[in-house]
Amino acid sequence: MKFYFMHLMPYADLDLSYDEKHNSAWVTLPNTFFDPKKGHQLYNRYLDELEYADQLGFDGICVNEHHSNAYGLMPIPGVMAGALARRTKNVKIAILGRALPLLNNPLTVAEEFAMVDNITGGRLIAGMVRGIGAEYHSWGVNPAFSHERFQEAHDLILQAWTQPGPSVFEGKHYNFEYVNVWPRVYQDNPHPPIWIPSQGSSETIEWAAHPDRKYTYLQTFASVSTVARYMKMYKDVAAGYGYEATEDQLGWSLPLYVAETDEIARKEAKEHIEAFLQKFLRMPMEMLLPPGYTSVKSMVGALSAKAGHAMKQTIDSVIEEGKFICGSPATVREKLEEYQSQIGFGHLLTLLQFGTLPAELTRKNMEIYSKEVMPYLRNVTSRKAA
Amino acid sequence: MSFTESTETITGCNVRFMRGGKGAPLLFLHGSSGAARWAPFMEKLAESYEVIVPEHPGFGASDSPEWLDGMSDLAFFYLDVIDHLGLDKVNLVGGSIGGWLSAEIAIRNQTKLNSLTVVAPAGIRVKGLRKGDVFLWNAEETARNLFHDQTYAEQMLATPPSKEGLEIILKNRLTTAKLAWEPRFYNPDLHKWLHRISVPTLIVWGGDDKVVPAGYGPAWRDLIPDSRLEVIENCGHLPQVEKAERFVELVGGFIGEATR
Repeated sequence: MKFYFMHLMPYADLDLSYDEKHNSAWVTLPNTFFDPKKGHQLYNRYLDELEYADQLGFDGICVNEHHSNAYGLMPIPGVMAGALARRTKNVKIAILGRALPLLNNPLTVAEEFAMVDNITGGRLIAGMVRGIGAEYHSWGVNPAFSHERFQEAHDLILQAWTQPGPSVFEGKHYNFEYVNVWPRVYQDNPHPPIWIPSQGSSETIEWAAHPDRKYTYLQTFASVSTVARYMKMYKDVAAGYGYEATEDQLGWSLPLYVAETDEIARKEAKEHIEAFLQKFLRMPMEMLLPPGYTSVKSMVGALSAKAGHAMKQTIDSVIEEGKFICGSPATVREKLEEYQSQIGFGHLLTLLQFGTLPAELTRKNMEIYSKEVMPYLRNVTSRKAA
Repeated sequence: MSFTESTETITGCNVRFMRGGKGAPLLFLHGSSGAARWAPFMEKLAESYEVIVPEHPGFGASDSPEWLDGMSDLAFFYLDVIDHLGLDKVNLVGGSIGGWLSAEIAIRNQTKLNSLTVVAPAGIRVKGLRKGDVFLWNAEETARNLFHDQTYAEQMLATPPSKEGLEIILKNRLTTAKLAWEPRFYNPDLHKWLHRISVPTLIVWGGDDKVVPAGYGPAWRDLIPDSRLEVIENCGHLPQVEKAERFVELVGGFIGEATR
């Protein structure tokens, strides 16, 4: 199993009483809530944390893409990846983005990823997503064509990376007479690893698991039972295609907090994870699920499910569901070992900073996790593999 | 209520129709919430006209065809519908995006039209005059913003949709997004060609429209040569619902003049 330090770079200085007047930390929250002086401090602190992960022996670091919100300050994740490319030496750099349908010219992603891949000598992991629903409000891009544009943009980028240029691309949304990206990707056999982060979708799994792709499916922030269900679905789909999915094709991303004891962990994490859940993630359904973002059928399902349990998420509820792992090193080791052996994921992306979690607690979390959790799990899983 | 329902296959697409009344043909093109029910204003119009109400491709019980990518496809499709039904001297009436659609049809081919009525149409943009963000409004905001008289909103909110009803609402929203998400509820080229409309045109607007503000009325009037603007005070985006009697009276009077 491989270990990654994932960052969202939230605007941790957000005035949390914003929700007295505004119904979301996304799309319409005025950007006057953002203070560039604090932003300067935060960006540099967060980059330091990502660089520190390299020193602590993580296998990779992950940056993220969201637009017009306080939840994550990386609208252009390539800027972060570029900054990290030179200051890190060993880690893989996963860009998880990019939200392809938002772009009028997806070749910008082919270029950006190829540049990072060249600078790092092949340490890039290429993420491809549709973005969350709110992005379609912020960027004005039509969500009714989100799926079509994703497929087409993906095909275009793959063509740019794998066919000698110049070549012609003839699509519905995108058309090019000269696809001829300079630089070529460094990992050219056949292209950099592609990861597909998803909130959970059978259509996405069918597509990612196809033998032509075998992309790593990355389940983001979801209960353990959901993670288990979708990863089993991936394996079943692969089996249906006549091959066995490897652990390398399955990843899980979740927030985690480890401290000296269970009590200390829970006490230190509580206000920060609850700020993440209740303030930074806050979004009405109309923002989260614009028309066409998912099929009408799954949207009806989501709307009735939400109506069923519209309860507030708390530290207790997310620990209970296994959406958040929190505790002493022994507790965290035990849970992860159990989940890994049940579910069989090969990439574990931990969000060790979340919501308002301050710098010192983030560092402590990273240190304990890398010293007392990672090595143990490395041994267990490599013994199993052997 | 005296109307009949039918499904007809036109250009490979199954379309649900409601029809009622006798007289000169009146083709009503619905807005983004579809036309599932035979509404009181349709019944009143059916006293004088043969009222034909299709559900557009992508809405209600009609098919969602592969070829439907935008308003231009829908406008050309309705030229096929007019041919298919063998309509002549038809009075075309459209509300909201149906009004926009009616204008798109008329600039393409108006030889089969007797008159055009557009009710609070989307379709053009007046800079600085912002339309409501129907895609971001929740159910309550939508209901409240659709009507001036809030008793209509309360009626709407008092009856939440069934699961099947919700599916139709989401299907209608998806097609509305296809037609109008970006550019938002307008065709950047339409205003350039509205001058080609030569059939008599009535523009109806609710004075308190929060979806497409009444300030758009004069812009439409100025762009269509033989047109008249009627603003109904104390009325929201759906005059045919909120002020049905006045609406029917206006449309009847206008078609009478246009037919002379």
